[in-house]
Amino acid sequence: MTLDKTYLEYPNRRQGMDHDLYDFSMLDRRKPISWPNGAKMAVWVSYALEYFPLDQPSKPFKVPGGMVTPYPDLRHYTTRDYGNRVGIQRIWEVLDKHGIKATAAVNSKVAERYPYLIDKINARGDEIIGHGVDMGKVHYGGMDDAEEQALIKESLGVLRKVSGQPVTGWWSPGKSESWNTGKHLTANGVEYSCDWGNDDMPYQMNEDAGNIWAMPHGDEVWDRTIIMDKKHNEEEFCEQVEDAFTVLNSETDQYGGRVLSIVLTPYIMGQHYRIKYLDKILGWIMSQDGVWSANGAEILSAFKEQA
Amino acid sequence: MKPDLELYDYWPYEGRPKITWPNGAKVAFWVAPNIEFYELNPPVNPLRKAWPRPSPDVLMAGSRDYGNRAGHRRVMDVMDKYNVRGSVSLNIGLIDHHPELIEEAKERDWEFFSHGIYNTRYSYEMDEAQERAILEDSLESVMKATGQKLAGYLAPALTHTERTIDLLAEYGFLYSCDLFQDDMPQPINVKSGRLISMPYSLEINDIIVYNAYLGTPRRYGQMIKDQFDQLLVEGADCGTVMCIPLHAYAVGHPHRIKGFEDALEYITGHAKEDVWVATGREIAEYYYENYYDACAADIAARKGG
Repeated sequence: MTLDKTYLEYPNRRQGMDHDLYDFSMLDRRKPISWPNGAKMAVWVSYALEYFPLDQPSKPFKVPGGMVTPYPDLRHYTTRDYGNRVGIQRIWEVLDKHGIKATAAVNSKVAERYPYLIDKINARGDEIIGHGVDMGKVHYGGMDDAEEQALIKESLGVLRKVSGQPVTGWWSPGKSESWNTGKHLTANGVEYSCDWGNDDMPYQMNEDAGNIWAMPHGDEVWDRTIIMDKKHNEEEFCEQVEDAFTVLNSETDQYGGRVLSIVLTPYIMGQHYRIKYLDKILGWIMSQDGVWSANGAEILSAFKEQA
Repeated sequence: MKPDLELYDYWPYEGRPKITWPNGAKVAFWVAPNIEFYELNPPVNPLRKAWPRPSPDVLMAGSRDYGNRAGHRRVMDVMDKYNVRGSVSLNIGLIDHHPELIEEAKERDWEFFSHGIYNTRYSYEMDEAQERAILEDSLESVMKATGQKLAGYLAPALTHTERTIDLLAEYGFLYSCDLFQDDMPQPINVKSGRLISMPYSLEINDIIVYNAYLGTPRRYGQMIKDQFDQLLVEGADCGTVMCIPLHAYAVGHPHRIKGFEDALEYITGHAKEDVWVATGREIAEYYYENYYDACAADIAARKGG
């Protein structure tokens, strides 16, 4: 067997990216940004409220956090649900203690099943962003286009109706998109996406991606990635948060305001033995000079004023 | 398929001809930042998928792109701070995509070596003409963009064929980073010309430490220091080589760069009589000039141990 000759053809070998979804841009060559009140660091805490159905399909891939054992996987189903009942309460209390307003990424199925959570989020003043319908319904390249549009309309429609919030941000389940996700999102009133972890600052994508804004919401400083995938413990997670803050903060004099995104999963960081470490690291961050605690929409709004 | 490509002969670590690096140094130390381009929608190789999810795999492709947009600056700044010139493991296609990065490396007199055309195009199932085309493209593109004649090679995503190593020698490459059997360079058995294996690393390679060993960023820095300490002791007897292979999409994140910086500060804090900070090409050229023949003779004399 040999490879077809097209395997050595490079139709997109040209300056910039090999696609038109966004343009290449080096972070250190951009205009410096300043945050409100002279803050150097925008600290963006977000958390995910997710519903993992027991009959979740594992095609075209298994979503992170999805069911593992043969049906019915009550073990993982209930472990995830723990986050929506107990873990989130602990996280909210820590956020309250340090005066942090956050972004809540919510499956619309969660809003339907547990409207209590939406009331609490609204009472706290946290921003709600779309997070798909549930964790069994991923967006992916090659999916039926009408099906994807229906999922986006359902997710945003339910969240807006139940919460009364405008819902202008989006994080696809499993950070997975089709070629059309960006266009469908902006057509439905979404301004920013959390799916592309390729930058430390917001940037606007191109027409092929619906001109959506990509937010620096990587899969790196995220309890799920560090604790579940990398198997680091909670202290090591917090060390990495601390190091990320220190490095980004040290860059602000030269390059302008930076964003530290901290992504939390209630069924992980909301565990009893972990929560005190979250309390400690968020307390440390909020005690630093020049820190602005903000949600995604606020960061994007401040950024766009200067872009 | 064959049980052994017989690329090199068995050569016990003990009792080899002693290598002394310039200034009497015991360890030749080099840093190899991989500057890579991963296509969003590459053609499919029957033996290896580029991405775990259907294209566009925005999670994986986005994470790779982070290195070129953001992580690169931090890696290069740390290397500048400690006066370490990089030996760039370069996906050749990146010359066209991101000439900005090439210019920055050129300004610093960094070396470039070939890491294939894209890290999403694998050598598996290539015929000889196709594999030659990769090497010829590499040689021509790097010469045109940088004026450097390529000396080193690391197969794209470490994908090889039975003929890869012979072809490198035929095209005049000086060293291959594809073989991991040793902490010292070694003459390789090739059909024509000469070639050496250059110690690279799949142990203190940032990707391996983070993703295979699941090491923390601070632990990564400690592993690098521990490796250096051991190779420094052994290098006093034999002359060792140490490489730190990096990827800006991994070590270049703000939560990770510090471990690498601490390690680089530690290593470059040693005297020049201990450590020779060099590039892959410089180490290879010094080896050919001073030790290749003696080592080849020792291997032949001790064949089979």
